[in-house]
Amino acid sequence: MKTWFFTEDAYPYLPDPAEYESIRVNLPNRNYDPVKGADLYHMYLDMWLAAEEHGLEIMVNEHHQTATCVVPAAPLLLAILARQSKTARLLILGNPIANRNQPVRVAEEMAMIDVISRGRLECGFVRSVPWEAAAANITAHRGVDRLWEAHDLILKAWTTHDGPFNFEGRYYRHRQVNIWPRPFQQPHPPIWVTIGSAGSAVPVAERDYIGAVFLAGYPNVRKIFDGYRAAYLKRHGRPTDPDRLAYAALVYVAETEAKAREGAEKNLWYMRSNKVSPHHSNPPGYHAPDVAVNFMKGADSIVPQNPSLVDQMARGNVFAGTPDQVYEQIKTLYEYAGGFGHLIMMGQAGFLTMAETLGSLKLYAKEVVPRLKELVARHDHDRMQELRAATPDRQLTQLGSFGLEFAR
Amino acid sequence: MSNLTTTSHRLQGIDLEVRRKGRGPRILVLHGGGGPVLGFPFADRLAERFELIEPVHPGFAGTPIPEHFDGLEDLVYLYLDLMDALGLAQTIVLGNSLGGWLAAEIAVRTTARIAKLIMVDAVGVKVGGREERDIVDVFATSQRELDRLMWHDPARAPDTSKFTDEQLKIVVGNRVALSLYGWDPYLHNPKLRHRLHRINVPTLFIWGASDGLVTPAYGKAYCGMIAGARMTIIERAGHAPHVEQPDAFVASVISFVS
Repeated sequence: MKTWFFTEDAYPYLPDPAEYESIRVNLPNRNYDPVKGADLYHMYLDMWLAAEEHGLEIMVNEHHQTATCVVPAAPLLLAILARQSKTARLLILGNPIANRNQPVRVAEEMAMIDVISRGRLECGFVRSVPWEAAAANITAHRGVDRLWEAHDLILKAWTTHDGPFNFEGRYYRHRQVNIWPRPFQQPHPPIWVTIGSAGSAVPVAERDYIGAVFLAGYPNVRKIFDGYRAAYLKRHGRPTDPDRLAYAALVYVAETEAKAREGAEKNLWYMRSNKVSPHHSNPPGYHAPDVAVNFMKGADSIVPQNPSLVDQMARGNVFAGTPDQVYEQIKTLYEYAGGFGHLIMMGQAGFLTMAETLGSLKLYAKEVVPRLKELVARHDHDRMQELRAATPDRQLTQLGSFGLEFAR
Repeated sequence: MSNLTTTSHRLQGIDLEVRRKGRGPRILVLHGGGGPVLGFPFADRLAERFELIEPVHPGFAGTPIPEHFDGLEDLVYLYLDLMDALGLAQTIVLGNSLGGWLAAEIAVRTTARIAKLIMVDAVGVKVGGREERDIVDVFATSQRELDRLMWHDPARAPDTSKFTDEQLKIVVGNRVALSLYGWDPYLHNPKLRHRLHRINVPTLFIWGASDGLVTPAYGKAYCGMIAGARMTIIERAGHAPHVEQPDAFVASVISFVS
């Protein structure tokens, strides 16, 4: 199993949530101190480089108009890391291509990062979360269609080497496409797409791309991965290799359970600091009608206002404990989910310091990673199916649409 | 009270739902972002003298959005086709909000089938500077605030907490359709103001005095872009004067068309 170290690059120095309507979209940036922000950028970049030193891979993401993730241009962060890192794979998960009007520009940026890093790019495409509609000024309606058309154009831009081609699609038009540079990896960098349902997993499986779930947890991971595996088998005639599937969770490891829980509590800032306006959580055309109806009824809060560590651990959204405990937690979910080859480790959020983050990261790299590698290495499709069949579905209350927003 | 009848018209591969009420000279009613309006009392009053014809904009009232639809212009050409198909002549076109924008877009293309135009709290043009928000961003505003801005008496706002899931699904669909027709440029066409001179039929703007979504000042500026257009302000009404003050609204319409 490969582990991808990830922090959302939050700006946590915020007023009391009672004093603002939403941490996303409309929180005035007078609350952002660029001097503190500079320190944070440097600290986060150092964390990624430290993760590489300990043998982990690197993952970055992008959001807009939010204190939860002050990375409005993930390719910029990745460009720095492409130069400063040496060996880690560099995952961007991802480019919100349905919200970017120039897919060719995305193709160029990604090709450039792939070349600078000498072929270490792993390129993710995401539909993005509902709050991005206002920030991007792009309607969420038909976002999935736009994502796949933009993807088609990017892929063609990467793989066409005989001069300009013409593209006049439904959503994107570009008549003379001929990017320089072309990607380092041939025919193109590995592609990842976030998936949030069995249905959204289908086009990803059919293209043999890596499907990644965010905070799917026990309540959702099986049906999403099962959807992927069924579509994969149907299209490719062979079972899904674990390296096609990725699972994201909050991870904190320490020498004692008490210390680990303390760190994990701090890491929960990611879920707890997500006060948002209902109208920005439900932009027209983003959610399926029945989900949108639940938002209108106010029955659906996007993220539980005060998620407890115990509950989030039970859901498989948080792995926390000693190395032994964390390995067991991951292994249990791994077997329940039917196997996956990538763990996206949200290893830092909120006020977790550099020292606290590195403490967890080092222990994880030293004690947990070797066992996870072995776990995946002895993956056997048939045995996994037996194990899976022997483990009944876990009964956990669905917390509204929690996770859906993160899992598109 | 007249009966509402519904017919379906196959145009551009779309089964367009058309609602009708009353008998008499025809009024083509173009509804706004809230959905069809023939169910409101003002329509019964008008139906005593007119035949009201209200196509349901695809996407509204539970109807599907056609695959080839991208924006308001698609609706404009659908309704030009509809007016041909129905053989409308000397018709009064009445549009509220989004429907007013639609009426103006149809009229700048041709007024051959139009006798008079009535624009009710209509959107469609940009009147202020680039940093002025002429039209409240309904997609970025809480429902409570929208109710306050939209109604003179916010108690008139529909209480969606009493809606069934099926009704809410229609509200959700209406919102998606509104975004399809008006997301960007937001509820206006920058080109429209340069085309409004082509409207050569008597035009009346009717505006709710308390409209906080698009203010009477916006209406006045819009009205000033159409030669000879007049404006009537209805007191104690917001964005939907036809709903909040049906008597005054119907009186304005009748005095204009008679």
